[in-house]
Amino acid sequence: MGSDTLKNQAANVVVWLLLLAMPYWLPHVGGYVELGSRVVVLALAAMALNFLLGYTGVLSFGHAAYFGLGAYGAGMTIRYLVPSTGAGLIVGTLVGAVAGAIIGPMIIRLRGVYFAMVTIAFAQVFYFIAFRWNNVTGGDDGLTGWTRQPLHLGFATIDIQQNPVAFYFLVLAVFAIAVGVMAFLLRSPFGRTLIAIRENERRARFLGIPVDQHIWISWTISCAVVSVAGALYALLNNFVDPRALYWTQSGDFVIMAVLGGMRSFWGPLIGAAIFVTLQDYLSSQTENWMSFVGLFFVLVVLFFPRGILGMIRRKVAS
Amino acid sequence: MTQVVLFNIFNGLIVGAFYALMALGLSLIMNLSGVINFAHGGFLAIGGYLAFSLIPYVGFWGGLILAPILTAVLGLIVERVLVRRLYGRDPLYSLLLTFGLAFMFEDGTRFIWGAQSLPYQVPGWLLSPLSSDYFFLTGYRLFMVLIVALAVGGLFFILTYTRLGMRIRAGTLDLETVSVLGVNVRVLRNMNFGLGIYLAGLAGVLAVGQLGLQPTIGSSLIMPSFVAIIVGGLGSLPGTLLGGLLIGVASGVTTVYFPSATEAVMYVMMAAVLLVRPRGLLGEEGRF
Repeated sequence: MGSDTLKNQAANVVVWLLLLAMPYWLPHVGGYVELGSRVVVLALAAMALNFLLGYTGVLSFGHAAYFGLGAYGAGMTIRYLVPSTGAGLIVGTLVGAVAGAIIGPMIIRLRGVYFAMVTIAFAQVFYFIAFRWNNVTGGDDGLTGWTRQPLHLGFATIDIQQNPVAFYFLVLAVFAIAVGVMAFLLRSPFGRTLIAIRENERRARFLGIPVDQHIWISWTISCAVVSVAGALYALLNNFVDPRALYWTQSGDFVIMAVLGGMRSFWGPLIGAAIFVTLQDYLSSQTENWMSFVGLFFVLVVLFFPRGILGMIRRKVAS
Repeated sequence: MTQVVLFNIFNGLIVGAFYALMALGLSLIMNLSGVINFAHGGFLAIGGYLAFSLIPYVGFWGGLILAPILTAVLGLIVERVLVRRLYGRDPLYSLLLTFGLAFMFEDGTRFIWGAQSLPYQVPGWLLSPLSSDYFFLTGYRLFMVLIVALAVGGLFFILTYTRLGMRIRAGTLDLETVSVLGVNVRVLRNMNFGLGIYLAGLAGVLAVGQLGLQPTIGSSLIMPSFVAIIVGGLGSLPGTLLGGLLIGVASGVTTVYFPSATEAVMYVMMAAVLLVRPRGLLGEEGRF
């Protein structure tokens, strides 16, 4: 146990060092800073999903909805209300979290495939709203006519608009806060209870744990964090379109979590790094990148069902 | 006005029939094997494209008969090679697998047949309106309704009276017991998957005559099919049928009064059903 926690801490240090230094080493291995920001943003979304999938044992296939709500919340706040990056982030997060909290009670009693199917279907509602409500959301063309604003901290102004490295560090700071909150929650009695529900729901119920209520809270937290990621995603692109809400986006989050390893805290980060890089590469190389991404899904399911970290852990254990 | 409303109800009924046909196949596969087949829309598109390519050689009727069968054969192969490996594992994996397949099918059809909408020939005598007052009652539309009714009737006949159908129904309730009684469950699941895909292929052949033929036709029809299953009740095939027709008619009627909510209305219905009756209209208590 002692060496285990030591190993975990060493892994944490390595992960944070790599993330902190990313703008400096990524260009040397053929990447660019925006790609790094993309990885961190989508990793946050995948980790948020994994809070539910890996630690509560509930499969949501509709997280793109809250991701997209966060994105539209941020974009529309800056476009129509106040030209402030901070306000956009906060409103985006609130919109996604509130939507999740409202939809939660309708779905928490469902389990397994049924839960997955209902979350997919609900996600589609928001897609159609974004798609159809042309004069506000920009419809299929997306929400344009706004950009992220310089960050005013009182004592200094940070130009995140022109300087991609500065924006990367904003993304990383928000990522650190959100990930820290999730890690803290998972270590708390609440988080342990979620794991107990994952392992044996019936037993948890017999122990007197209000299972539905716990799943609702876990779902809402997960939606809130994924909408943080969505808000960051909008800021990253200075643009939002309905594809951020489409069901294929939900599938991307799930494959990131599975590819990296659902049972590991950092798994989805690794999955996101691989998936985003691969997608970036494929879409620049071939028109048929969709086939390759689909094939990638199939291969991951057939050959890496435990994910990369899960396999490493198994090798080390045996 | 009445004519417009009637037109849209009828239109909704036809669209609902597609949803139902697709949702019935999805439901069959989900009930027996616990797999949400995301690639169902992809199979539908393949059915449509196969018919398009076959019709010049074998005629309209030949295409109508052959294309769904070929699609079903493809389904049997996919089940045998890929989906079968994932039974008994977390449903997450089969979901991701079929999700990947859906991508490949959509892109594959685009690669083979092109991204443009293709012209689709329906025999001329089927296209002429049957009555000048009710201009929307073309022969093709009535014909579609007839074929869907035949297919659904055939499905329920198979499920009720044939040995295969009885085994499928029994397996849906308790697969282990069916296996112990000496039924080859692997073959049963394979046949069941093929049957579901056959319905998708048939829906594809019919749908392209009505909605046009493009690679995204599958992904645009799959979500309403999910909604049909949820509204009708998971585990109940009559419920799925009812759900499909209901949401079709509901969006048809909404088109008249509030066109921008055409798609949204079915999701509102779904939310209402989940709030009032979480198991769905005809769903069994405690199954999920």
